[in-house]
Amino acid sequence: MTRSSDKPFIQIQSVSKHFGQFCALDSVSLDIELGQKLVICGPSGSGKSTLIRCINRLEIHEKGKIFIDGKIVDGSPAGQDVLRNNVGMVFQQFNLFPHLTILENLMLGPVRARQLPESEARDLAMQYLERVRIPEQLDKYPAQLSGGQQQRVAIARALCMMPKIMLFDEPTSALDPEMIAEVLDVIEELADSGMTMICVTHEMGFARQVADMMLFMDHGKIVETGPPKTFFTAPKSDRCKLFLSQILRH
Amino acid sequence: MNLIKPCLFQLSFWLRLAALFSLLLLGGCADNWGWYVVSPATETGRQNLAFLIDGLYYTMALSVTAISISICLGLIVALPGLSARRTPKTINRVFVELVRAIPILVLILWVYYGLPQVAGISISVFWAGVLALAISDSAFQAEIFRAGIQSIDRGQYEAAQSISLNYRNTMRYVILPQAIKRILPALGNQLVYMLKMSSLVSVIGMQELTRRANELVVTEYRPLEIYTILVLEYLVVILIVSAGVRWLERRLDTS
Repeated sequence: MTRSSDKPFIQIQSVSKHFGQFCALDSVSLDIELGQKLVICGPSGSGKSTLIRCINRLEIHEKGKIFIDGKIVDGSPAGQDVLRNNVGMVFQQFNLFPHLTILENLMLGPVRARQLPESEARDLAMQYLERVRIPEQLDKYPAQLSGGQQQRVAIARALCMMPKIMLFDEPTSALDPEMIAEVLDVIEELADSGMTMICVTHEMGFARQVADMMLFMDHGKIVETGPPKTFFTAPKSDRCKLFLSQILRH
Repeated sequence: MNLIKPCLFQLSFWLRLAALFSLLLLGGCADNWGWYVVSPATETGRQNLAFLIDGLYYTMALSVTAISISICLGLIVALPGLSARRTPKTINRVFVELVRAIPILVLILWVYYGLPQVAGISISVFWAGVLALAISDSAFQAEIFRAGIQSIDRGQYEAAQSISLNYRNTMRYVILPQAIKRILPALGNQLVYMLKMSSLVSVIGMQELTRRANELVVTEYRPLEIYTILVLEYLVVILIVSAGVRWLERRLDTS
């Protein structure tokens, strides 16, 4: 893996974002190194999704700067290039392309954005479909798959672009309970293989397994960070204590 | 001919047609009808019928060419309308509002008699008709496209962006294929509308169904029968086209 700077791979410097009057991000700063597995939790409306959507420029931040691999992400061609080559994203609602088969969903990016020959793109797609354990579904349409399978396809689709970092925006929140495990297993495997990832989730058992850093957000601010061990056993802030006691009660 | 098949198997289609013919036959028994002008039993009748039906070629050619152009034009006009910026949006609004304000008949006359003088070109009756129909329809197509594209979930754009597709590829491979599926019923309506509006091109001398009927009326003095045949011609063509569109919708629905 080549690096063009020795700074942290992702640098977020006092980034702010408003939706109308509502302050979604309030001067958030954060560094992420390659290989790190960051899990973000917090109550709804706390800005967790907005934060990772800003990294991917799905939301455009108003103040502050975001650097990936030393290059500023500001909508400029260079910034778009660095996003394209480095960042993959998995959405809560999967967002698969319903009119394309599973294989076509996976091949679209490599063929149209990377100009990969179709045969190579197909091999790549098959490789990742096997990795998410659904190689047999390649000719089906997304609507014919279960939610868990769809989300695994979405993960494979993002991986086909060979990103250095994966963003997960509540990947299991739209799933039926019995399908959560199969998706989390795939993400866990990915984490074990060394992929850098930022994951917004409410699955605390999974977070404890996978994360090497936990991050708690509330009202657009990062309230608490720390390794999972201390984060879960001895949270410092009252807000975080309350949140954890509520979410871990059952 | 695959297109007509499903409608030919539908009982309702035949019932409707049978009802119409029986009404006409009832009318035909009255004294004031003179079906001989278009009777398949006589030589002149057959010639007249053939003369009338021959116009179908131009009606179809006009409508199909015009709608193909208007779909392309409509898409080109619709895209700036979806922009977040002001200038492209304004261009879209101005075009749509202006074109919608001009009656089709007036546009046909202007394109045929006015455009050659303004632009210093000569234009055939056919292409004048196609151009006028296409321009007037493109404003409606643009609105249909805009609504169709806007109905696609924002997540689809985000997913396309997340796999690095640029605007063109996002539209071409992700948004438009889904949008077209949704607007197909509306496009079908526009095709039917276009088939009907093509009758207006008769005023500049296009030898399509309506013009032929007019000419035959002048020589035969039997407007009632000839225009009845004209009504039937449009009816059959449009029923078949509608059935074709419905068949296409069903086919797209299953995939």
